[in-house]
Amino acid sequence: MAEVSFQAVGKTYPGSRTEVIKGISARVADGELMVLLGPSGCGKSTLLRMVAGLERISRGTMAINGRIVNDLEPKDRNIAMVFQNYALYPHMSVFDNMAYGLRIARIPRAEIRARVAEAAQILELTPFLKRKPGQLSGGQRQRVAMGRAIVRNPQVFLFDEPLSNLDAKLRTQMRVEIKKLQTRLGVTSLYVTHDQAEAMTLADRIMVINDGVAEQVAPPLEVYRRPASAFVAGFIGTPAMNFLAGRLCGDGRAVELAGGVRLGLPAPVAGGPMAGGTEGAITVGIRPESLRLDNGHGDLAVAVDLTEMLGADSVVHGRLADNGSTLVARLSGIVPARPGDRLRFTIAADALHLFDTTSGRRLDA
Amino acid sequence: MQKRVLFHNPWLPYVLLAPQIAVTLVFFIWPASQAILQSVLLEDPFGLSSQFVGLENFQRLFADPHYLNSLRVTAVFSIAVALLALTTALVLAVMADRALRFAVGYRTLLVWPYAVAPAVAGVLWLFLFNPTIGILAYLLRGVGISWNHYLDGGQAMLLVVIAAAWKQISYNFLFFLAGLAAIPRTLIEAAAIDGAGPVRRFWTIVFPLLSPTTFFLVVINVVYAFFDTFGTIHAVTQGGPARATEILVYKVYRDGFIGLDLGGSAAQSVVLMAIVIGLTVAQFRFIERRIQY
Ligand SMILES: Nc1ncnc2c1ncn2[C@@H]1O[C@H](COP(=O)(O)OP(=O)(O)OP(=O)(O)O)[C@@H](O)[C@H]1O
Ligand SMILES: [Mg+2]
Repeated sequence: MAEVSFQAVGKTYPGSRTEVIKGISARVADGELMVLLGPSGCGKSTLLRMVAGLERISRGTMAINGRIVNDLEPKDRNIAMVFQNYALYPHMSVFDNMAYGLRIARIPRAEIRARVAEAAQILELTPFLKRKPGQLSGGQRQRVAMGRAIVRNPQVFLFDEPLSNLDAKLRTQMRVEIKKLQTRLGVTSLYVTHDQAEAMTLADRIMVINDGVAEQVAPPLEVYRRPASAFVAGFIGTPAMNFLAGRLCGDGRAVELAGGVRLGLPAPVAGGPMAGGTEGAITVGIRPESLRLDNGHGDLAVAVDLTEMLGADSVVHGRLADNGSTLVARLSGIVPARPGDRLRFTIAADALHLFDTTSGRRLDA
Repeated sequence: MQKRVLFHNPWLPYVLLAPQIAVTLVFFIWPASQAILQSVLLEDPFGLSSQFVGLENFQRLFADPHYLNSLRVTAVFSIAVALLALTTALVLAVMADRALRFAVGYRTLLVWPYAVAPAVAGVLWLFLFNPTIGILAYLLRGVGISWNHYLDGGQAMLLVVIAAAWKQISYNFLFFLAGLAAIPRTLIEAAAIDGAGPVRRFWTIVFPLLSPTTFFLVVINVVYAFFDTFGTIHAVTQGGPARATEILVYKVYRDGFIGLDLGGSAAQSVVLMAIVIGLTVAQFRFIERRIQY
C-alpha cells in the first residue's frame, strides 16, 4: 500500500560543506524490500534516516505513497525503524516496549494486548514479555526491536543494519526470518547493510551506493551479472572481481590486455572510448569464478602465488605471465597448485565485463 | 566478575587503609563520640562541672517548641532548596543539551557559582534584595510588592532559599547534563518514530532514565540544605526574623555557642547525625536497587 520515491534527493549536514547524498532518484515499489548496500560512510544510514524524518532533506523531494514528506515529523510518516543498537527503552518491559507506540496512538487496551501478544507469538517472545531488555540476549533484543516495529502496522519498515551485532550463525538465521516476515506482511521496506550476502538473500532490489551516489538499482542477480559500474562489480562477489587494463581493438570486436593477450567479444562494443577516437583504453573485469582451468589452450597464463583450499572450492592467487597483474581464480573442487606452478585459464567471451576506465561505467554492445 | 584483589602480604591492605582510618577516627569518630557523650551530660554554664542526665537532654529537646519550629523550618527550607535547585538545573540542562553539544571548556565555566563560598553567595543575594538599596527589592516595589525580609518571615525564607539554591544549581546542572548526554540519541529517535512528541518523550523516556541521577542529586541537595547552608543563613538572616529561618544547624550553633547549652546542642547534633546516616543508607539502598535495568 505504500511506495517510497526519491527525486534527486540530496543531503548536506549543517556545518559541513560536502554533500553526503548527491542527488539520488529511485522508487521503492509497494511491498518491495530494497536493500541499500555500500561501503562504510557512503551515506546509507543518512538516506534511511531521511526517510524516517530524523534528518532534514537538503534538496529534492521524498514521497511516501505519493505524499511529499520532506517537512513531516517522523511520527506523521507512519513508518517504523529497527536500529542497529535496537534502541529499546531500557526501563520498560518487553511488553511496554512494544506497546509504547500503540499507547501513544490511543489504541484501546484490549487491542494493544492482542496486537502485542500476536507479535510476540510470531517472534517467539511470549515467555519474555515481562522482562526488561537488559535481561535478554542479543538475538532476543533484536526480535523485540522487530516486534516494536510490526505491532504498529506501519506503511514502511526501515532497518539500519539490524543484524550487525549478532554472531554469524544467528545473523544467517535472522535474515531468513526477516525475509519471511516481510514477505508475509508485505510491508514496503528499506534495509541498510554493508554485508553483500545479506543483501543478496534479502533484497528484491539492491541500491548500491558509493559516496552518496546510487551506482545501480537492480535485482540482486542483475547486480551480480551485469554490474553497472566497476565499483559495483568490485563490491559484489567474493573474492572480488579481477580488473585488468586493456584496450578495445578490431572495431570493438575484441579486447587486448596489456601484455598482448587478445580476447574475443560476443558482440562489437560501440560508444565509450571507441567513439572518442582515443586509444580505446578500458578496464576488463573478470569474476574469479568465471575462469576455467584449461592447461591446453588457455589464453591466460598464470604463475601461482598461493592456493586457498576451501574444501568445495579452491581459490588460486596468481600473476599473469604476460604483464604481471594479479589474478584470482575460484575453481570448483580441489586444485593442488603450488606456488610457482604455471596454470592456463580460459574465459567465456560473454563473461567479460568491460568498463570505461575514466568514468567506470559499464560498456555494452 | 571476580572483583577481589589478592594481597600477598597480609598486612598490606591494612597499611593502605590506615591513613583513611586515621582521618576518619580523628575527624569523625572522635568528635562524634564526644557529641554523643556530651548529649547525655548537663554542664554548668561555666564548663566547670557536668553531671550525667541520661536522655533528659533529648526529652527537653522534643518538648521545646523552638526546636519543633526549627524542625519544621528545616523541612520547608531543604525541600524548597532541593526542589528549586533541581528543577532549575534540569530545565537549564535540557535546554543546553538540546541547543548545542557544549564544548567541555564552556561547560566547566558553568560550575563557577559552586566555587563561591556560601557566605559570599548569601551576601550577594542579600545585597540584591536589600530593602533600601537592593536592585531586586527596588524592582519588586515597582510591581507593588513591598519587600522587607528583615520583618517578613516568609520573605526571609524565600531569600535564603534562593541564595542557597542558586549555589547548588550549577552543580546539579552538570550532573543532569552528563546524565542527559548518557542517554543514547537513538532512544529519543525511536520514541519520536513511535509517535511521542517532545514533552512526552521527556516524561516517558528521558526523565525515567535520569532518575538515578535525580535521586542522587536529591540526597546531595538535601544534605547540602541541611548542613552546608549555615554560612548563607548566618550571612543573610541569622535565623531571623523571629526564628523564621532558623534551621537545625543554625540552632545547634546558636544554642551551643551563644546559649552555651552544650548538652542540648550536643543532643541536637546527635539528631542531625542520625538524619545524615539515614539519608546515606537510603541513598545506597536505592542506588543498589535502581542501578540495574
Ligand atoms: N551528524 C552528522 N554530521 C556531519 N556529518 C555526518 C553526520 N552523520 C554522518 N555524517 C557523515 O556522512 C557520511 C555518511 O554517513 P552515514 O552514517 O550515512 O554512513 P553509512 O553509509 O551509514 O556508514 P556505516 O556503514 O559506517 O554505517 C559520512 O561521511 C559521515 O562522516
Ligand atoms: Mg550506517
